[in-house]
Amino acid sequence: MRAPLSWLREYVDLPAGETGRDVQAELIAAGLEVERVEQLGTGLTGPLVVGQVLTIEELEGFRKPIRFCTVDVGQANGTGEPQEIVCGARNFSVGDKVVVVLPGAVLPGDFAIAARKTYGKTSHGMICSGEELGMGDDGTHGIIVLPQEYEPGTDAIELLELVDEVLDIAVTPDRGYCLSMRGIARELATAYGLPLRDPALLDVPAPNSYGYPVQVADPAACDRFTARTVTGLDAEARSPIWLQRRLQKAGMRPVSLTVDITNYVMLELGQPLHAYDRTRIQGAIGVRRAEPGEKLTTLDGTKRVLDAEDLVITDDRGPIGLAGVMGGAETEIADHGAATSSTEVVIEAAHFDPIVVARAARRHKLSSEAAKRFERGVDPQAASAAAQRTVDLLVLLAGGTAEAGVTEVVTPSGPHTIAMRADHPDRVAGVRYGRESVVRRLQQVGCDVYGQDELIVTVPSWRPDLTDPNDLAEEVIRLEGYENLPSTLPQPPAGRGLTERQRLHRRVGRALAGAGYVEALNYPFVGDEALNHLGLEADDPRRTAVRLVNPLSDTEPALRTTLLPGLFAALRRNDGRGEHDLALFETGLVFRPTGDEATPVRLPVDRRPTDEEIAALDAALPRQPRRAAVVLAGAREQTGWWGQGRPATWADAVEAGRTVAREAGVELIVRQDQHAPYHPGRCAALLAVVDGQETLVGNAGELHPRVTKAFGLPERTCAMEIELDLLERARTGALQAPHVSAFPVATQDVALVVDASVAAADVEAALKAGAGELLESLRLFDVFTGEQLGEGKKSLAYALRFRADDRTLTAEEASAAREAAVRSAVERTGAVLRGA
Amino acid sequence: MSAPNKSYDPVEVEALKPEEIERMRDEALAAFAAAGGLDALHEAKVAHTGPTSPLSLANREIGALPPQAKAEAGKRVGMARGAVNKALAARQAELEAERDARVLVEEAVDVTLPHDRLPAGARHPLTTLCERIEDVFVAMGYEVAEGPEVETEWFNFDALNFGPDHPARAMQDTFFVQGKAAADSGSAAGSAESGVVLRTHTSPVQVRAMLDREPPVYVVCPGRVYRTDELDATHTPVFTQVELLAIDEGLTMADLKGTIEHMVRSLFGEGLTTRLRPNYFPFTEPSAELDMQCYVCRGESAGNPDRPCRTCSSEGWIELGGCGMVNPRVLIAAGIDPEKYSGFAFGFGIERLLMFRHNVEDMRDMVEGDVRFTRPFGMEI
Repeated sequence: MRAPLSWLREYVDLPAGETGRDVQAELIAAGLEVERVEQLGTGLTGPLVVGQVLTIEELEGFRKPIRFCTVDVGQANGTGEPQEIVCGARNFSVGDKVVVVLPGAVLPGDFAIAARKTYGKTSHGMICSGEELGMGDDGTHGIIVLPQEYEPGTDAIELLELVDEVLDIAVTPDRGYCLSMRGIARELATAYGLPLRDPALLDVPAPNSYGYPVQVADPAACDRFTARTVTGLDAEARSPIWLQRRLQKAGMRPVSLTVDITNYVMLELGQPLHAYDRTRIQGAIGVRRAEPGEKLTTLDGTKRVLDAEDLVITDDRGPIGLAGVMGGAETEIADHGAATSSTEVVIEAAHFDPIVVARAARRHKLSSEAAKRFERGVDPQAASAAAQRTVDLLVLLAGGTAEAGVTEVVTPSGPHTIAMRADHPDRVAGVRYGRESVVRRLQQVGCDVYGQDELIVTVPSWRPDLTDPNDLAEEVIRLEGYENLPSTLPQPPAGRGLTERQRLHRRVGRALAGAGYVEALNYPFVGDEALNHLGLEADDPRRTAVRLVNPLSDTEPALRTTLLPGLFAALRRNDGRGEHDLALFETGLVFRPTGDEATPVRLPVDRRPTDEEIAALDAALPRQPRRAAVVLAGAREQTGWWGQGRPATWADAVEAGRTVAREAGVELIVRQDQHAPYHPGRCAALLAVVDGQETLVGNAGELHPRVTKAFGLPERTCAMEIELDLLERARTGALQAPHVSAFPVATQDVALVVDASVAAADVEAALKAGAGELLESLRLFDVFTGEQLGEGKKSLAYALRFRADDRTLTAEEASAAREAAVRSAVERTGAVLRGA
Repeated sequence: MSAPNKSYDPVEVEALKPEEIERMRDEALAAFAAAGGLDALHEAKVAHTGPTSPLSLANREIGALPPQAKAEAGKRVGMARGAVNKALAARQAELEAERDARVLVEEAVDVTLPHDRLPAGARHPLTTLCERIEDVFVAMGYEVAEGPEVETEWFNFDALNFGPDHPARAMQDTFFVQGKAAADSGSAAGSAESGVVLRTHTSPVQVRAMLDREPPVYVVCPGRVYRTDELDATHTPVFTQVELLAIDEGLTMADLKGTIEHMVRSLFGEGLTTRLRPNYFPFTEPSAELDMQCYVCRGESAGNPDRPCRTCSSEGWIELGGCGMVNPRVLIAAGIDPEKYSGFAFGFGIERLLMFRHNVEDMRDMVEGDVRFTRPFGMEI
């Protein structure tokens, strides 16, 4: 909402020296978000005067038509002689009154005017357009042609009200009344402690039976409908400058006198109005719900099919307007200058239900100044005054005659009252205001207040947002000043810090970052293309995704079911920007619907829902587990003066899985796997014991070459993804401290030859099982393949460390344990002791 | 050792003359001093202290002396050998120190060589900033609460006093999830009725926290939220919010103000004032917008063209977020008696906080995952 300060001053006698910035500060403190103060006419200095065009000479031979004019500017040029001016505009004739800027003047934007040679003539000034004067759009795109009544030489800066300040206010949904000068002026008056001249306080004739007939069939949706008729409008009458200027400053474009007046009154009082050409309405005006399928062409030229819930204004033929949103083209008043200008109008000032209007505006995707106001609540008591004000202006400015008939269809409703303890605002604020201040502040808002300790507060008709005691408390506290609130610190009960789960999430991030991974937080939006690129089978559960009704991009309408596509995109972006050795990680939610999600019922809000109801709501949601994932490409270790680096491999990806699991206190079980999007020979399944069951918790490995190609990733990119929620469940209880033996260690090495297909993890498990309790640790220190082993064989070399708790092991004991370990490996994996 | 000489010959004990012993001693000392290295010293040691060295031989002769001469000769030889051994040890130590010093010099390296074998990783500054804020509240006794990002409309809107036709509900730029029928047919039309959305704020977590706990409730709710804004320098459709909620007996706006001021001090240091401006949110009443004094210009830039401030656009204030007293209607929907309990809530966007706390100029930098942006932030912020 744009509010010119000059207009507001009409209702509140602000001190003369108050600037827009001062007013802004006061209104912000009162809760109006004044986003900025626009300074109109900054740097503008005259002479800028009214001129009358005396002669026009068309100059030929230029690329565009140019006029050389002489203009009477009165005594403004000091000589009284005609001023010679070259002008490129064509929308004026000899005798027209125009706005002339003379040499020595400065226009907005530091545009200094001087006599200058142009088109072979000397131009002593300029004939001005609205744009050049910073007036905003007047719809003509030419120079300003003034009404004839102004004398040449008259100062146009004052005439056109070019210097002003405009407050730009973002009005919150609860403050519908501040979508009017009346509402803003009320806040201003309260803020300054000055009286308000309420523009809605008008003498309004009593309704009678000979006004334009109106039938309201849905009084719940339209509790008030005022109709007034004005006839004998001068088709030639145009909006006076002051009216046009106020509309322009408020951000509206002047259109025609009647439309300008209805817009003006809406801006002034907040009441949307509609003017019908009476000669184009047939029969009585009605208000009813639309028949399904009925059609209406609205003023914006769109033909709309109506919904049974739409509230419409009708005449005998059918709908002529979408109530509270937009009028219809059929009964539109014609512009002045049109072949058949409207000379008789019916003015509608009605009050519609906010929800009905909001739904219609949303349904038809049609936002209008009227709908914006009705949605937020319009003062129903102001309708008659607004109609009267419109009638008055039509009579005054268009020479019309007000018909005596006054139609008012009103469904009476009682005033809204709220019971509130007098100390409620004190208890909300933590300040002792006292009853007297509370009552005074509420009265300033427009409330009637009765009672002592228990107040009965009747809220004003323009504040439908005030419904609860806390609403009243806010009014008191904001007028007393939020800035005057004290600061205190509450004492919460002693806390227990982060949960195990939250601590795990932090540790995982730190561990991965510590291992050289950089965190990327990717958008969760994916498209089918990414799922195809992953090489997922048609029935892969990762294809079952949450889909959005209104995605930002039609190519990414779903939510991720795996973290990988987002990481791939980030990897590719970094690679494209010249970073080739990359290790990225992300932790976040994936969205895994089963397809069996229920449709949630709409629960009430006037009580706590039952546990069953909450469970039913939650059953509408997809599973949303938290995962961690990494991608790697390029070098894992850099080449440098220390020697060769090495590329990132599948083994790094698996190790990333172990790093994450270690933070959860879980030892991963790694198995060979084949799983998209991984290389079928370089893919690990990551398992953990969850609730007593070996459970797949993730995968890791090198990506399938087709996948790297499809995503445009570097060759041999590797990845890992693991479900943190499962790891959390796999966590065993508090760790039991190991006993540390002080006896010496006995080290034994063993090399075993196995088939290449035998998993090292199985050999290791077999060795451990056979070695018995004396085995302290075991480490694979070499893997060897070669001709001497034979085709399809590999040699695994382990270092075994034996130690007893209570004695020094003898060589025989250590050897016996080693042999038992080897036997176990031979039996379980077909291993052959190398060199045996 | 030679056997005691019972019939000694004075001529043969020439070697035990004092001048002879002095000469032997001096020769030994000279040889040690002349030894330029440990090897040479070893040779000198063998020559002058070994079993065939003159002093050792002289020592053997003592037995051949008459008893009355033994004591004096023994003393003389002993003193000479003592001096020789002492000189040897000193020279040995000297030469070893020289050798050690030489070896350490030879082993010197250029310690300025870089060792970026494994490049450093880093956590995203949004993550670490979020944690930092959590820690401020955890230290006060708050719990951290989390909830789903795909959420039902009841939790995201209805329970928070956004009625179905509330204008503020339309202003939230919500992503709607397709209903089952629409998802099956692959059409998006008319499926806004699934009743499920991407949460537009972390406030539904507050509702869940109230339903899960008996008051008093003190929670901080961080998390990702979604609105249908296109990504540009100052907007992102996916962003991070932190909200806090306190429900207790007798909580007031003064408590809200004090709590937020504590947070601002914890994150930006002492001495910054905060400002509440009336605003509107359906879930709080009274509601306020919270500004903090610009921590760069400390408000000096407002109305002072000579001292423009980029951080606050010379407003002197930085908008932090929205807050207010929990609307009693929200308490009722969450099963809390508004006659007994009151509460306050505060929410703000971490991206904006990161932007002005760390001079991030473009929101896209936080979104794109460019390692050059994230790496310098390290592990903590």
